[in-house]
Amino acid sequence: MRWIWIDKFVEFHSGERAVAVKNVTLAEEHLHDHFPGFPVMPETLCIEAMAQTSGILVGEARNFDEKVILAKVKKAVFVDYVKPGDTIKIEAKIESIAPEAASTSGKITCDGKLIAEIDLMFSHIDQNLAGKEFPEENFVFTDTFKSLLRGVVLNGTSSGAPESEQG
Amino acid sequence: MAMSRDEIFKEVRDLLVDALGVDDDEVTAEATLMGDLGAESIDFLDIVFRLEKAFGIKIPREELFPAENLLNNPEFVNNGKLTEKGLTELKNKMPYTDFTAFEKDPDINKLGDFFTVNTIVNYVENKLGSDE
Repeated sequence: MRWIWIDKFVEFHSGERAVAVKNVTLAEEHLHDHFPGFPVMPETLCIEAMAQTSGILVGEARNFDEKVILAKVKKAVFVDYVKPGDTIKIEAKIESIAPEAASTSGKITCDGKLIAEIDLMFSHIDQNLAGKEFPEENFVFTDTFKSLLRGVVLNGTSSGAPESEQG
Repeated sequence: MAMSRDEIFKEVRDLLVDALGVDDDEVTAEATLMGDLGAESIDFLDIVFRLEKAFGIKIPREELFPAENLLNNPEFVNNGKLTEKGLTELKNKMPYTDFTAFEKDPDINKLGDFFTVNTIVNYVENKLGSDE
């Protein structure tokens, strides 16, 4: 099972940009400790939401053939808190993409107000780290993960379904 | 309009400050990317992307930082040192670099020392020049 940290995509322009949303709820237990009496979404988890949004955008650009791994947080600047009950909008854009890596920029907003600017770098790991071998199947983009794209991207669920995971 | 070498250096310096999180006074012409500025493998790709954007150039894989392919080829590396063939290949791929001292003891661990800020400036200068 993959841990999914965004709720759905609301916009998806293949190879260019994507917008996802996440609803933040007090049912997320970590908010009870972060911080006691003052629940705010941890900034690391804002980065995770951006990594998933950008990562899927980068993966889809190569038809989910590559294993896309977060390699570097180039920039993460936070200007406001995210609180329980908020719906955050995560907008990601591909800045550069090459056979071995991609770089993205993005921002998180809530009701039109800027929360964070987060720029990331992803590695297509089969094209890097020469000599190291990774599992044949694409363990990054599983069916569950691709289901996020249902209804937003036509080929999001129909192409590249893992062959080895069933049964 | 052609950029002067000084302008290229300043642009490269600013981009390395962002990419590697270093101070601008650390980015001297002779500073080595890995040793002095702490660059790791993914940073090299980051730097390539930033250079492409900043200077409007296209940088083919392995052209700017060709060492990786070289090191994975047993024809070019033997016992931690570059072979005669490997040296020739390296010199072909990095024509702007002086390997005179390195040739006497081509230890691959010292290869990182050749990737300096100047290597990048030379590369960009050449690339911009050849495009015109």
